[in-house]
Amino acid sequence: MERVLDPLTRKPSALRAHGQTIGFAVMVIALVVAPFVTYPLFVMQAMCFALFACAFNLLIGYVGLLSFGHALYFGWASYLSAYSAKVWGFPPELAILTGTATGAVCGLIAGSLAIRRQGIYFAMITLALAQMMYFFAVQAKFTGGEDGIQAVPRGHLFGLIDLRNEMAMYALVLVIFLGGFMFIYRIIHSPFGEVLKAIRENETRAISLGYKTDRYKLVAFILSATLAGTAGATKAIVLQLASLTDVNWPMSGEVVLMTLVGGLGTIFGPVAGAFVILAMQFKLAPIGEWVLVIQGAIFVACVLLFRRGIVGELAHLLRIRL
Amino acid sequence: MRKTLGLAALAAVLACGGANAQQVNVKIGVLSDMSSLYADIGGPGSVAAAKMAIADFTKDHPNVKVEMISGDHQNKPDIGSQIANQWYDVDKVDMIIDVPNSGVALAVSNVTNNKNKVFIVSGAAASDLTGAKCNANTVHWTYDTWMLANGTGTAMVKTGGDSWFFLTSDYAFGHALERDTAAAVEKAGGKVLGKVRHPLNTNDFSSFLLQAQSSKAKVVGLANAGGDTINSIKQAAEFGIVKGGQKLAGLLVFASDVNALGLNTAQGLTLTETWYWDANDTNRAWTKRWHEAGAGSTKFPTMIHAGVYAGILHYLKARVELGGNPEGKAVVAKMKAMPTDDPLFGKGTIDATGRKRHDAYLFEVKSPAESKHPGDFYNLKATIPAKDAFRDPKDSGCPLVNS
Amino acid sequence: MFEIFGIPSQALFGQLLIGLINGSFYALLSLGLAVIFGMLNIINFSHGAQYMMGAFAAYLILQYSGLGYWPALIIAPILVGATGIIVERLFLQWLYKLDHLYGLLLTFGLALIFEGVARNYFGSAGLPYTVPESLQGGRNLGFMFLPNYRAWVIVASLTVCIATWFVIERTRLGAYLRAATENPTLVRAFGINVPRMITLTYGFGVALAAFAGVMAAPIYNVSPQMGSELIIVVFAVVVIGGMGSILGAIITGFGLGVIEGLTKVFFPEASNTVVFVIMAIVLLVRPAGLFGRRG
Repeated sequence: MERVLDPLTRKPSALRAHGQTIGFAVMVIALVVAPFVTYPLFVMQAMCFALFACAFNLLIGYVGLLSFGHALYFGWASYLSAYSAKVWGFPPELAILTGTATGAVCGLIAGSLAIRRQGIYFAMITLALAQMMYFFAVQAKFTGGEDGIQAVPRGHLFGLIDLRNEMAMYALVLVIFLGGFMFIYRIIHSPFGEVLKAIRENETRAISLGYKTDRYKLVAFILSATLAGTAGATKAIVLQLASLTDVNWPMSGEVVLMTLVGGLGTIFGPVAGAFVILAMQFKLAPIGEWVLVIQGAIFVACVLLFRRGIVGELAHLLRIRL
Repeated sequence: MRKTLGLAALAAVLACGGANAQQVNVKIGVLSDMSSLYADIGGPGSVAAAKMAIADFTKDHPNVKVEMISGDHQNKPDIGSQIANQWYDVDKVDMIIDVPNSGVALAVSNVTNNKNKVFIVSGAAASDLTGAKCNANTVHWTYDTWMLANGTGTAMVKTGGDSWFFLTSDYAFGHALERDTAAAVEKAGGKVLGKVRHPLNTNDFSSFLLQAQSSKAKVVGLANAGGDTINSIKQAAEFGIVKGGQKLAGLLVFASDVNALGLNTAQGLTLTETWYWDANDTNRAWTKRWHEAGAGSTKFPTMIHAGVYAGILHYLKARVELGGNPEGKAVVAKMKAMPTDDPLFGKGTIDATGRKRHDAYLFEVKSPAESKHPGDFYNLKATIPAKDAFRDPKDSGCPLVNS
Repeated sequence: MFEIFGIPSQALFGQLLIGLINGSFYALLSLGLAVIFGMLNIINFSHGAQYMMGAFAAYLILQYSGLGYWPALIIAPILVGATGIIVERLFLQWLYKLDHLYGLLLTFGLALIFEGVARNYFGSAGLPYTVPESLQGGRNLGFMFLPNYRAWVIVASLTVCIATWFVIERTRLGAYLRAATENPTLVRAFGINVPRMITLTYGFGVALAAFAGVMAAPIYNVSPQMGSELIIVVFAVVVIGGMGSILGAIITGFGLGVIEGLTKVFFPEASNTVVFVIMAIVLLVRPAGLFGRRG
């Protein structure tokens, strides 16, 4: 139900003008306080997935491309980060960079193949590529197969800070998350981002205006894959393991669920969605039998009734952009 | 994550001052796969077994108070690791038990080592848990891949199955199982005629079974697990492998799989397990109580469930001997020092690598005509004594063993 | 690996025949998907779960009424098809005007629900279901032992596939259906009940999936996850064949079964990736699929 306001009398409210800044402040405060009130390991994991979901949302929410195989970048970055830390002895910052680079390279290759098609075909190509890399991960020796890469050392950040200290690790993850988040924010609110949104709205018109849309889409794809890689690489260090779960297609499905629940095309949506879904998984673990059913029910409910997601509905209610 | 079973302890001082009259508080976490592939092998059945162990022990030791919680690792190492961390840090759990799925078990073993608690593996198979990846906080009960490979491989060669063809799942676990069994077969004087590797989660085995049939090997070894094993057995029956005179050896098969397949399909299958519910009256009586403890009457307990029960009993015994609230390494050391004796596995020991040693049994699945009641699955073909059934600690590659 | 080159022709023919058998399942399942996508523009991600429901229905029919395989072949698809109709009326009809994405996500969610419920009530290990008496055993063809049941699978799927193709492409009812998808308003103006046709079409597609499920029950493990393992491959088949094309789905289904069968002989480890490799190639070269009509 839209209340139509007379544009002459509509006054801009402080909330509307600064909605996103306020949202950002709330998020930062919550995350800084969190380790003191809840279990830090949970929040760290949630932040990794939130970054993953934000990266995914960049593609679907702002360019309009549904990637059904985003676990590829998350999972393989996780593997490379874990492997480089454990076997090559990289310090954590280099391991995470290695993982990020993996995400970028995979994104470049997959993107150049997938971008040529649109819509459902695009989604299917991304799914196919992700499945191929999953089967490769099952068989490759270095991934440890079903066992995964275990006992990944947390290491010393810059050779100085021991990351086995939970607070130090938390601080690092928080910095990475906020960095990635703000980077995405900058992308969206830049001329480049405006072109992306134009492509989402009407690609043909964007082409007719002279934009080489394929190039824009590819760059967005690579950025999305890179950040998904950062998320995966960080998660490997936090949890000290990388496994097949990270590259399998249910993981791709989960990031879609997180973004959908949180709110497609909103900045904070994926963050909210990631926290909600992860919290649900842990709270419901004792009745584990029903997790699958509940996830499915949430999907159905979101698609039918709740299409804007949590943050989207909130933004709609307050009539601001989040 | 609070499915608690709190049993009140009698705080009264025992007049005669038995050696362990002080209060011992224990918190146990049953971590299993409650909802997917291994839910029948472990799952709610493990929780039921744990409840029974706790009830039986605290009946005789009123000064011991045991709380139990349970959780679902959903076969994901991340989730298993996260739950283990949370249980140890926040919920003050002392010991985690079960964990079917080797990947999750390895992760939990690491976490347990870091936090210096106790981990008793009943469900997982990886022999690395007492091998290269062993540590002083982990005990591996029930079975492992070495035992399966050697049990089935050696015993079958001895009973005439001396030429083998392998159907192997193409990933680390399958390769390891195939490699260990092939080594055992060759050591016992048999020959490996060939092998074919299939991708994980294959639906259709007809092509691979054709190759097995044309190899004319006396034994077709299934080096795979879960759904792959069930599919290969089902289709092997369809292609008449067993009827054609070849024997089928399931290298990782549980009673619950046989239940799922039905005797018509599974008859003639050879496998090794360390506990069978219908072997004697004690086991049968235990199974009846297990059904009543909430496991559901259509299922039958597997050796995993028995391992959960026995493992908890032995752990609690060690805790009572030590008293107070000792660190994990001390408890495990005590568990290794004390010989084990429980109603299900009988007498046994835990060696320096953390490997629990007990007898193993080679079973053959009965035909429907031979089966007299539901759950009457197996004919006993051979018993493998504990010292031969499990790997010698000297060969394990475990850093705890000074060899 | 057993042999790479110089495989005896006998073994090769055996593997080809097996490939055709597997192809029958692919063809049946992708037929249902193609019908649904072609007619409704909905990507039915719950197709795998509905296949699973067909197999489970066969098992339950046996448990509760003692009726065996042959009655189940008819009853199970009707029952599961009816649930499909309910799903369409309750959920799908609101999504036709929206992006494809939402239909995909909704059916994905439904698939999770179906699989989760099945797991809770039946566990994950699987349920026993045997080959019917009349089809047990097999005959030795010289180059291989062919179980009778597998021969039946080929015959039955070919029949159903050809019959479906015929109805849609060559009969008046099929013509109405095809017209309704291209221009529903006009067709409605002619007095044809388009919404009901769409509902029944979805039900039919689901019934096809359930039919494949009953056929699979005696030979594949009847477990809650049997559908999700297969669904991705079937999607690949449909994409290769062309998402709206009935003929494409059938031919590609059988063809891919054969190719997969050959891969199992020469390079078994790759047999589950070969479908995706082909899909990626086809998508790059001919995005509408080999037989597709929609760009």
